[in-house]
Amino acid sequence: MARVPVRRDHDLQELMDQMTPSAPVTAAAGLETEHLTRAVLDKTLVSDISVQVRPGEILAIVGPSGAGKSSFLRLLNRLDEPTVGTVRLNGQDYRELPAQDLRRRVGMVMQRAYLFPGTVAANVAFGPQQQGERLSREQIVALLERVGLPGYRERDVSNLSGGEAQRVSLARTLANVPVGLLLDEPTSALDEASSRAIEELLLGVVRERQMVCAIVTHNTEQARRIADRTMIIEKGKLVAIGPTEQVLDAH
Amino acid sequence: MLTELLNNVNNDIAKGMFEAAGAVVLCAGVVLLCRRFSVHVERETAISIARGLVQMVFVGIVLAALLHGSLLIGAMILLAMTFAAAVTASRRAKGIRDSLALSFYAIAAGAGVVIAGMLAMGALTTDIAVLVPVGSMIIANAMNACAQSIERFRADVTAHIGYIEAGLALGALPAVAAAPYFESAVYASLLPRLDMLKSLGLVWIPGVMAGMVVSGASPVYAGIYQFVIVAMILAASGITGLVATLLMRRRSFSAAAQLTLRPSIEKPDSAAKA
Repeated sequence: MARVPVRRDHDLQELMDQMTPSAPVTAAAGLETEHLTRAVLDKTLVSDISVQVRPGEILAIVGPSGAGKSSFLRLLNRLDEPTVGTVRLNGQDYRELPAQDLRRRVGMVMQRAYLFPGTVAANVAFGPQQQGERLSREQIVALLERVGLPGYRERDVSNLSGGEAQRVSLARTLANVPVGLLLDEPTSALDEASSRAIEELLLGVVRERQMVCAIVTHNTEQARRIADRTMIIEKGKLVAIGPTEQVLDAH
Repeated sequence: MLTELLNNVNNDIAKGMFEAAGAVVLCAGVVLLCRRFSVHVERETAISIARGLVQMVFVGIVLAALLHGSLLIGAMILLAMTFAAAVTASRRAKGIRDSLALSFYAIAAGAGVVIAGMLAMGALTTDIAVLVPVGSMIIANAMNACAQSIERFRADVTAHIGYIEAGLALGALPAVAAAPYFESAVYASLLPRLDMLKSLGLVWIPGVMAGMVVSGASPVYAGIYQFVIVAMILAASGITGLVATLLMRRRSFSAAAQLTLRPSIEKPDSAAKA
C-alpha cells in the first residue's frame, strides 16, 4: 500500500493540496464512501453519504441518538450491506474483497469490548489465528505493552475492568495489523480517566501506523480532542463535514 | 381383509367394551370425588372420554387395515408424518427463510438414516405394523430435536450478537464466530435423549418394552430391543439436531458473512449496538 506522508503537526488541507492528480494510487489512498445508503423496510438508516478518510486522519462521526452514526460505521466494516452505493478501500470497491479480508484490513472496536471467554493472550491472538498465523509470545507482549497492559498476557478476561477490557479489545484489533480502525463509541462506558487514556492511545497508534480512523462519539469534546475532521449525521443524512473546530462551532 | 377385521371386532369388541366401561366407571368415580370438593370437571371429562374412545377405535381400525398394507403405503405414511413433524417444528423458526424446508430436511435426514439403518441391521422389519409405530417414535423424537436445536440456536445467537460480530469484525468466518452457539444447539437437541438413555429401566419402562412383555415376548429380549430403539432415537436426534443447526447457521448469515438473524425488526442504531 502506498502511504501518504501525513503528519499530524501539518495542516491536513495543505497536505491534501500537495497530492497531485498524476498520482492516482496516492489520491485513492484511504477509505472512501460513495453514495452510501442503507434502508431497512421503509426506514432509511443511512442516506447517500459520500466522504473520504485519509491515512493518518481521525474522522469523528457525531449526531443525535438514533441518527444513523453506528449504522454508517457498520457499513464501513460491511457488517451490514449497503442498499445503494459502496465503499472503496485504497481505491478498490470493498465488495470485490472477501469479507474476512476486508474486516482484517479495516478493524472495528465496538462500544463494549466483547472479549471471548479465556485469557487476554487468546483474545489478542484470535484475529491472526483466523488466517492460520500464530502470534509469538513476544508479539502478544509487545501489543499489550502498546495498549498499556504489560503483564496482562495470562490474565482471565473476566477479571478486567471496563477500561482494561477495552484496551484488550483494541490490542485484539491491532493484532490484525489493519490499515483502518473504526470505533463505535469506544469510551462511552468508561470513566473520564479511562476515557482520556484510551484517547491518548488512539492518537498514538493512528499516528504511528498512519491508519485511517473513524470514530463514532456522542461526546463533542472528545471529537475536539482527537479528531482532525468531524462529520455530523442527522436522520441518516450527512449535514456537515470539515475541520472539527469549524464544524462543531457552526453547529 | 374386511372379513378378518370384522372377525376381530366380533371376537374382541365385547371384551374391549367391557374393559372400557370399567375404565369409564373409574373415571366417573374420580369426577364425583372432585365434585364433592367443588371441582366441576364433569362436562370436560365426558367429552374427553368420548373423544378418546372414538379416536382409539378409529386408530385400531386404521392399524388393522395397515397390517395388510404394502411397504410403499408404510413409507408414504412415514413421509406424511415427517411432513407433519416439519410443520410443527418449523413454528419455532418463524422469521427464518424456508423454515419448513429446513425442518423437513433435518427430520427426514435423522429419521431416514436411522430407519434405513435399522432395516439394514434387521432391527426393524418391513412389516408395516412394526415399521409405522417404531418409525413414528423416531420421527416424533427427531421433531423435538429439530425444534430444540432451532430454538436454542436462535436464542443463543440473538443473545450474543455483539460477540459474534466482534468475531466477524476480526476476520473470522461465520462458522468460527458462531461456534459456541452451534455446539450448544446440537447439545440441546441431544440432552433429553441422553437423559432418556441414562434413566432407561431405572425411572421408566417405555411403551415398546411394556407392550412386548404384555404380548408374551421374553422380557430380556424386550428390554434389549427397547434399548436399541432408544439408542436409535438418540442417533436420529443427533443427526436431526446437527442438520437443523447447520441449516440454521447457513440461513443466519448472508453471503458477505453478515449476521442477519435478529431478535426483531431492525431499528436504527439500537440494532447496530445490540
